[in-house]
Amino acid sequence: MIKKIRILIAKPGLDGHDRGAKYVARALKDAGYEVIYTGIRQTPEAIVKTAIQEDVDFVGLSLLSGAHNELFPKVVDLLREKEAADIVVFGGGVIPDSDIPSLKEKGIRAVFTPGAPIKDIINFIESVK
Amino acid sequence: MQKLARQVLQNNIRAIAKAISLVENGVETRKKETLIDTLHTHCGHGITWGITGPPGAGKSSLLDRLIEQLRHDNKKIAVIAVDPSSPFTGGAILGDRLRMQKHATDDSVFIRSMASRGHLGGVAGATGDAIKIFDAAGYDHIIIETIGVGQTEIDVMELSDIVLLVLVPGLGDEIQALKAGVMEIGDIFIINKKDIDGADRLRTEVEYVLNLKNNGENRSQHPVIMTSATLNEGVDEAYSVIQSYHQVLVENGELAIKRKERIEKELKHIAATKIKESVDKFLNIDDRLDRWIEEVFQKKVSPYKLLNKKIGEFLQEIDWK
Repeated sequence: MIKKIRILIAKPGLDGHDRGAKYVARALKDAGYEVIYTGIRQTPEAIVKTAIQEDVDFVGLSLLSGAHNELFPKVVDLLREKEAADIVVFGGGVIPDSDIPSLKEKGIRAVFTPGAPIKDIINFIESVK
Repeated sequence: MQKLARQVLQNNIRAIAKAISLVENGVETRKKETLIDTLHTHCGHGITWGITGPPGAGKSSLLDRLIEQLRHDNKKIAVIAVDPSSPFTGGAILGDRLRMQKHATDDSVFIRSMASRGHLGGVAGATGDAIKIFDAAGYDHIIIETIGVGQTEIDVMELSDIVLLVLVPGLGDEIQALKAGVMEIGDIFIINKKDIDGADRLRTEVEYVLNLKNNGENRSQHPVIMTSATLNEGVDEAYSVIQSYHQVLVENGELAIKRKERIEKELKHIAATKIKESVDKFLNIDDRLDRWIEEVFQKKVSPYKLLNKKIGEFLQEIDWK
């Protein structure tokens, strides 16, 4: 047996648009990863606890409400607080290009906006795993 | 003591999570075996339940409600939720915790999703070791939720002190209930979605089948309970029945019998796995297997004759005493 890559796909905040998150979850499953899906309206605290309990390698956050500048870095900070900074955080959703540099500065390793091919996400995972 | 084992015993969440990955991945065999051996003496306090039943019966939703009851009694709970791996890509969507996510920030609830990774029988290959990790870490109740694909999910019985079988109306007639397999593994029968049509009829059918089964048997009676997880009805009754059922198992000595049976299965499993590893190694030395295939193919030798001879050699080679 070999080590399996485990990925948590989570939706922080209050928007209920989960089609993108579900699409990504499904596509990553088809790429051979184990994907934990927790559904909509998760707090950063719940996401971080889930990530630690599930011993994931990646957390993918999806958000379409505009609160990404608050909630994405919050997840990264909480992971650091819990000594789990080795878990890689990436994000996706309706995110203006102008916000991406500051998100990356705050520890979000990659951001995928609408129309991004799934291959890009897989390449990203393969490059950092 | 091994650092990881010490941290697990201290209920360090990250360490428990890492320990489960260790037994799941099965790459670092020595480290895994040291861990489980170290934890062994600390196991036995936790009560293990299995929860099984057809897909969509409401296993996760019911479990979510039962966790509420257990938390009310201030119990520490670990859940191992098993979902299937794709046989084609090895990938998996693990979504059982979706319905239990309101407990995600509760420090006394640890939910871990497991992919079956090709293991048949409704649980994952590493589930048994994961139970030990939670048990040693001090969880009072360790609950295994099976995949839920039907009549062959009997492995859960071999891992649990108590098995809850969740059934719902509308899945078939009483002949389904008579079939061997899933009906035989339940200790407590829960008819969920009791508010929909046919629930009472299902209860009658289940009780009828159980009456046939109990004929001449000395084991504890099997309770049948009606619940609705969504409406949160009957869950408190289910909880108290589980508690008293457990009490009976302790008092009449059945729990100890079950646990010894579990150890027997475990020992046989470990022995079989270890022997298989040696056999695989033996067979593949110097392309031995390829040569034998060729010999059998060309009718130079027959399979039994070949292997009876070779296994004798094998036992000598591994210094079998």
